[in-house]
Amino acid sequence: MDETIDLMEDTTTTRRKVLIGMTAGVGAVGASFAVVPFIASWNPSAKAKAVGGPVKVDVSKMQVGQKIQVSWRKQPVFVIRHSKEALANLVQVESKLDDPSSMKIDEPYRGANATRSTSTEYTVIAGVCTHLGCAPKYYPQMESQPWDESWVGGFFCPCHGSMFDIVGRVFKGVPAPTNLKVPPHYFDGSILTIGEERGTA
Amino acid sequence: MTQKASGVFNWLNHRLPIVNTYERHLSKHPVPKKVNFWYMFGALASVVLIIQIVSGIWLMFGYENTEEGAFASVEYIMRDIEYGWIIRYMHTTGASMFFAVVYLHMFRGLLYGSYHKPRELVWVFGMTIYLVMMAEGFLGYVLPYGQMSYWGAQVIISLFGAIPYIGESLEIWVRGDYYISGATISRFFALHVVALPLILIALVFMHLVALHEVGAGNPEGVDIEKHLDENGVPLDSVPFFPYKVLNALVAIGIFGIVFSIIMFFFPEGGGYMLELANFEEANPLSTPEHIAPVWYYSPYYAMLRAVPDKLGGLVVMGAAIAILFVVPWLDRSKAASIRYKGVLSKIAMTIFVISWIMLAWLGTVPVTALRTTLSIIGTIIYFSFFLLMPIYTSIETSKPVPERL
Repeated sequence: MDETIDLMEDTTTTRRKVLIGMTAGVGAVGASFAVVPFIASWNPSAKAKAVGGPVKVDVSKMQVGQKIQVSWRKQPVFVIRHSKEALANLVQVESKLDDPSSMKIDEPYRGANATRSTSTEYTVIAGVCTHLGCAPKYYPQMESQPWDESWVGGFFCPCHGSMFDIVGRVFKGVPAPTNLKVPPHYFDGSILTIGEERGTA
Repeated sequence: MTQKASGVFNWLNHRLPIVNTYERHLSKHPVPKKVNFWYMFGALASVVLIIQIVSGIWLMFGYENTEEGAFASVEYIMRDIEYGWIIRYMHTTGASMFFAVVYLHMFRGLLYGSYHKPRELVWVFGMTIYLVMMAEGFLGYVLPYGQMSYWGAQVIISLFGAIPYIGESLEIWVRGDYYISGATISRFFALHVVALPLILIALVFMHLVALHEVGAGNPEGVDIEKHLDENGVPLDSVPFFPYKVLNALVAIGIFGIVFSIIMFFFPEGGGYMLELANFEEANPLSTPEHIAPVWYYSPYYAMLRAVPDKLGGLVVMGAAIAILFVVPWLDRSKAASIRYKGVLSKIAMTIFVISWIMLAWLGTVPVTALRTTLSIIGTIIYFSFFLLMPIYTSIETSKPVPERL
């Protein structure tokens, strides 16, 4: 008689444990689904995604060696018109660079031009430091600078001291991990379009 | 009349433990009879918390959490709302003073071993408060949408980008946009005024509950619980009221004078409390010449800059905060207070303080090669102080701690 009661109690406890486990499990699954809207609502809204079409700029009036800044998606894009000598000198700085042929990033026009762009004269790069997002400053002169005595011209990020050459390739031993990004762009004569590839529009 | 009042009071007291709680946590709460000025900063921190909550609510009356309106609404508070300037400067001065008193409070903890057994949890809750405060301060600094708000946030949010694989999408998720926009401001506003203050208040409550369970420490590191009177009250203690209340009032008075002088005469704190670039509206296309954090983050910012690697910098900065949480388990010394610790602890503490102040300065000035080297040295000293603590606190000979206070 006693044994029967024990047995009954045993089955009830096991059954109870299974039921509690199942309820908790279903509850946990439900709770994780309930979290989805709270997480997803932090993603860019449809409105934010819609803003940011391509921008056009006439680059024919730029002087040789000049840098201009264009706003695309509220972020700075640098356009630099290089002299032939400056481009010829690019090979010499390669020993100082971390990734001279941009193998670490998704380079859109790799190997096409020394400028990294679709043009042989202009460089088009995102003016957003790959370290922590500051806009690097352009120091084209080959002269000693407080951060580098043998400065050969290029970009210096004032925030954390990252250095890039004149086409935005990162130096060795600086905080920035990769080269400055090249945004999609194309030239139509002297009109530069930033934000899309030729023929995609 | 008095009878009626006491009747109402009795009715209440039978339903709400008013007298019990008041006596247990305030009037009769035993505190060590001998403490010094270092023991005032906890009380001052709670005063600043109240200042921040009140001035913060009043700022909300005029602030607009949109990309177009944020900067202008802060100027509106400053210029058009009656006494708006005093409300805003109270809040900005309060932010700096909050960190000032909390840093001094934390230093007191290190100095007198306030984290020693059985006060480990008090320390851990305190460190969590500090962590939430750092987030709270950062979110608040972004709200005026000035140049330094924008670029400071750009730098801090870009830190998430250092996390492998998910980094870049995490950045966009935090901002809710491809740049720091109105979407970012409105979520930061909600976190700054509701979510984090709720967490902060809950943590302060836990900090105090845990403290009252084990009792406050003292500069001698004496365990006053060892010698109790016939009622179980420590012999070396005095009741909180009136002894400590009056002490605290004097401290609050002096603090109020310092606070007012800063608020009225130096609200910008020479550019260390409110940066001059932040009086200019955010411009996503132009980075200011020099981005520096406000003074209370600068030691960690110096560490971030010292590491020539993005992920490495983030890890070092995170570790610098994380290591503070485990101090109770790093200190192996038998004596809690620096007064009875050995000479190694005293040397370590001195070097640590010097290097922390040096890092704080380095974090606010532009980078040069020499300063980077100094930041690296400072960072190494910072971590050595904690990581070597189990060694130097166990090999040194500490003086015997007295029995009584």
